[in-house]
Amino acid sequence: MAGVWVDAGETTPPRTGEAKIDAGQVVDRGVLTDAAQLHRLRSGDTEEFERLVVTHHALMYRVARAHVASSAVAEDVVQDTWIAVLDGLTAFEGRSSLRTWIFQILRNVARRRGQREARVVPFSSLMATELGERTLPSVDPERFIPPSDHEWPGHWLWPPRQWECGVEERLLHAETQALMAASIEELPPVQRTVLWLRCIEGWASEEVCLALEISAANQRVLLHRARSNVRGSLEALLEES
Amino acid sequence: MVPADMKCQEFVELVTDYMEDSLPAATRADFKAHILECDGCGAHLDQMRQTMQAIGRLSERDLEPEALARMLALFSDWRTQA
Repeated sequence: MAGVWVDAGETTPPRTGEAKIDAGQVVDRGVLTDAAQLHRLRSGDTEEFERLVVTHHALMYRVARAHVASSAVAEDVVQDTWIAVLDGLTAFEGRSSLRTWIFQILRNVARRRGQREARVVPFSSLMATELGERTLPSVDPERFIPPSDHEWPGHWLWPPRQWECGVEERLLHAETQALMAASIEELPPVQRTVLWLRCIEGWASEEVCLALEISAANQRVLLHRARSNVRGSLEALLEES
Repeated sequence: MVPADMKCQEFVELVTDYMEDSLPAATRADFKAHILECDGCGAHLDQMRQTMQAIGRLSERDLEPEALARMLALFSDWRTQA
């Protein structure tokens, strides 16, 4: 699945259901757990299901891909998740948002798959690996005054500079966007997934913790590493010229 | 003049905790005092914010038509079974 990156500010269609407020919907951090939407899905409304697939499928694939060893298995996991979602629709009580529930099912499907196939890397062990890399600093230690200094150990030797006022335009430039996309691609899978959910999909931290089954503190550690990494790449690009 | 109680190297590790509002009150106060007195860390924090905003403008909309068709076929099967 090739990543196509576009400027969401210009192309994002209005979120389904936001235009019309029905009775019985609960606003969950900007996500509508919509009784009417649920009713339409249960009664077999194909358009409603299509909207759901268009909204979540690509991201589900991304999350699944972080769990499993091959893209073919990830596609199976996503497909099995949709089947489980449909089978569970009647019993779904709407206590969490629909998407949180869908991503919890996805995680369970991926985990079951992991028990069947030795090739599958459990998410928990991926995460343990990423969190174990505690020695990786957010900024290159060379940029700070060494600990041996008597006056200012740990303070900037090469401080970052304010990005120029034209930077907004440069950040939207295709070259910059491609670099950001590439540096996100290179992140370890759990960091990438957390960054994706928080920054691109706009999920709240509580929701990310629920869907990925990680603690709030670990979520912040992973998010911090991911952000710091992308900032470093951007800084290098912007300083170059 | 840079306050000695928080080092820049410590500051850069606390940025996300600060932005997520999860620093203990005393550390938060040190962090904010540090921004006021250290241009380098101020620039770093601004860059982290600008990076977040820039990432937020990226978006992936690449659902392949075949994948959508397969999922709609699933739905159609489910509907006839129900």
